[in-house]
Amino acid sequence: MKQELIKVENLQASFSSQQGTIHAINNVNFSINEGEIVALVGESGSGKSVTALSIMGLNAGNIKYSQNSTIYYRGENLLASKPKTMKKIRGNELSMIFQDPLSSLNPLQKIGRQIAEPLMLHLGYSYQKCIERIIELLTMVGIPSPEQRINHYPHQLSGGMRQRVMIAMALACDPKLLIADEPTTALDVTIQAQILSVLKKLQKEMNISIILITHDLGVVAELADRVLVMYSGKIVEEADVYSLFESPKHPYTKGLLQSVPNLRGDKENHLYTIPGTVPNPLNLPKGCSFYNRCMHASPKCHDKSPTWKYDNKSLTRGYSCWHPLTDREEVKHYV
Amino acid sequence: MIRLFLTKLYNEKLAFYSFVYLIFLILLSIIAYFFAPYDPDVQDLSNIMAPPNSEHWFGTDELGRDIFTRTLIGGQAAIQAGIVGILIPLFIGVPLGVISGYVGGIIDDIFMRIVDAVLSFPAILLALAITGALGVNLWNAMIAIGVIFTPQFARLSRGQTLQIRREPYVEAAKISGSGPIWIMMNHIIPNISSPIIVQASFSFSLAILIEASLSFLGMGAQSPQISWGGMLHQAYSMIFVNPLMMVFPGLAILLSVLAGNFLGDGLRIMFDPRTSRL
Repeated sequence: MKQELIKVENLQASFSSQQGTIHAINNVNFSINEGEIVALVGESGSGKSVTALSIMGLNAGNIKYSQNSTIYYRGENLLASKPKTMKKIRGNELSMIFQDPLSSLNPLQKIGRQIAEPLMLHLGYSYQKCIERIIELLTMVGIPSPEQRINHYPHQLSGGMRQRVMIAMALACDPKLLIADEPTTALDVTIQAQILSVLKKLQKEMNISIILITHDLGVVAELADRVLVMYSGKIVEEADVYSLFESPKHPYTKGLLQSVPNLRGDKENHLYTIPGTVPNPLNLPKGCSFYNRCMHASPKCHDKSPTWKYDNKSLTRGYSCWHPLTDREEVKHYV
Repeated sequence: MIRLFLTKLYNEKLAFYSFVYLIFLILLSIIAYFFAPYDPDVQDLSNIMAPPNSEHWFGTDELGRDIFTRTLIGGQAAIQAGIVGILIPLFIGVPLGVISGYVGGIIDDIFMRIVDAVLSFPAILLALAITGALGVNLWNAMIAIGVIFTPQFARLSRGQTLQIRREPYVEAAKISGSGPIWIMMNHIIPNISSPIIVQASFSFSLAILIEASLSFLGMGAQSPQISWGGMLHQAYSMIFVNPLMMVFPGLAILLSVLAGNFLGDGLRIMFDPRTSRL
C-alpha cells in the first residue's frame, strides 16, 4: 500500500471582490500518494491553479477558506500552519514549476546563483558549497556543459533550457511533491516532449509525487497515473488515466476528450467544442454547474447539484453526475 | 561589466562626454587641493579684479584672489552636495519605497503619506527651512538636499516594486521558500536599479543647482569655505564693477548641471530596451 502524501478535504475557497464573492473552489477532495503523478485537468478558470497555490500557501491575500477546509501534508494541516512553518516546507518539501520559463527566472541573476537559492535558504550553504550540487542538478535535467552554464544569464538560454533550469531549481532540495503548473504550455512541441521525459525520468529516480496542472490531454496521457477533472471549482471526475480515456463517465470529460484535434479525423467536420462557457463564479447555479452546456441534462440537474459517486470498490474511480455516460460506443479514441 | 557599460554609453555621445566631464570634474576638485596654482584664500590687493590673463586664467576677484583656483576648489562643495544629495535618498528613500511597495497595506499607507507630506513643500523652501533649523553650513545644506530628494526616490522605487513583485520570478523565489527581505535584496532592488540610476543622475545635477542656490542665498557654504553659489553671491555685489567675476562660477554650475542632465538622458535611453541601438 502506497503512502498518502497530501490529502485535500472539503477545500472551499472564495475571493471577495467588488462585485461580490467569487467562489473559486467549491468542495474539492482528493489525495495524492507518494511517487504518483496526478493530473489536474480543466479549462481556464476551473480552479486548478488556485488549488495548487492553496497547497503552497501562496494565494493572494484576499482568499478565504471555509472552516472545514483542510490540506493535510504528512499529518499537518497546511491551511492552519504558521507562515514560518510554511516557509520551511515551501521549496524544501513542496516545490513548484511554472508555466512561463521566460519570466520565471530573474533576468539579472546567473542561473547557478538562482538554483542555489533554495539550497542556501534551507540548508544554509554558501554559494561555493552549492556549486557541486548545482552541476549535478543541471546534469540531471539534461543541460550540457553545466560547468559553463552556471555562469550564464537567463537570456543566454533557450526556452527549453530555461524550463530545465526551473525544474533543477524546484528539485534542488529533494522535494516530496512537485506541482507543475502547465510546465509545457510555453514551449514548442518537440521541447515539450523532452521536458516531459525529463520530468518522468526524475520522478522515477527521486520517487517524488507530481501534481500536473494542464489542459493538454496529450500531456496527461503521456505522464499521468491518475487524472482529476475539474470544472467550475469542483472535481467532476476522478479516474486512472486508462479508464478516463477509455470510458469517461462525466459528459464534460467526454467533451474535453472530443475537443482534442485528431490527425485522422474527418476533414469535413470542424473541431468539436463544448458549447457555452463556464458559469460565472460570482453567481453559481444551484444545480449542476455543467447543466447549461450538457447534452444529457435533465430537470433534476437544474435543481440539485450532483453528489459524488464511486464507480468501483477501491474508491479510485468516481464522478459527480446524475446521468453518467455508460455507452462505451459513444466514445472513440481521440488521443 | 564596466567595459560593456562604457561601450554602450559611448554610443550616446552627449551622455558619454558628460560622463567624462563629471569624472574629470570630480578628479579635478580632488587634486585641486594639491595642484591649485594659488592659495585660494591669499589676497593680493595690488592685483584686484584683474581680467583673465596668462597668470590668472580666470582673472582675480575684488580681493585679488585667483578665480581659477577658487572655481576648482568650489567644485568640491558642488560635488559633495551632489554625492551626498543622492546618497541620502538612495539609502533612505529607496528602501522605504521598496518596503512599502512590496509589503503594501498599512505600512504602504503610512510611508506614502509621509512622502506626500514632504513633497507638498516647495523644494527650495523646505531646504531653507531645514538649513535654518539645523544651522547654516554646507553639511546641513546637503542633508536638506537629501531630504528633498528622498520622497521622489521612494515614489519611484515603490512604483517599480509594484511592477516587479508581480513577476513570476518573484513568485518562484517565494516558492523556493525565500522571505521578503531576501526577495527585496536579491530580486527586487537589482531589477529596479536602472530607473533609480537615471533618477540619481538627474538628482545629482539638481543637487548641485540647489546647493548653489542655497549658498547664493547665504544658507549653504559659509565663507571661508568656497562654493560656486557663494562665489556668485560675491560677484553679484560687484556686478557693475567687474561682471566677468560672475561668468566662471556661473559657467561651472551651468556645465555641471547640463552634464548631469545629459548623462541622465543618455542613461535613460541606454536602459530603455525599446530605444536601445545596437
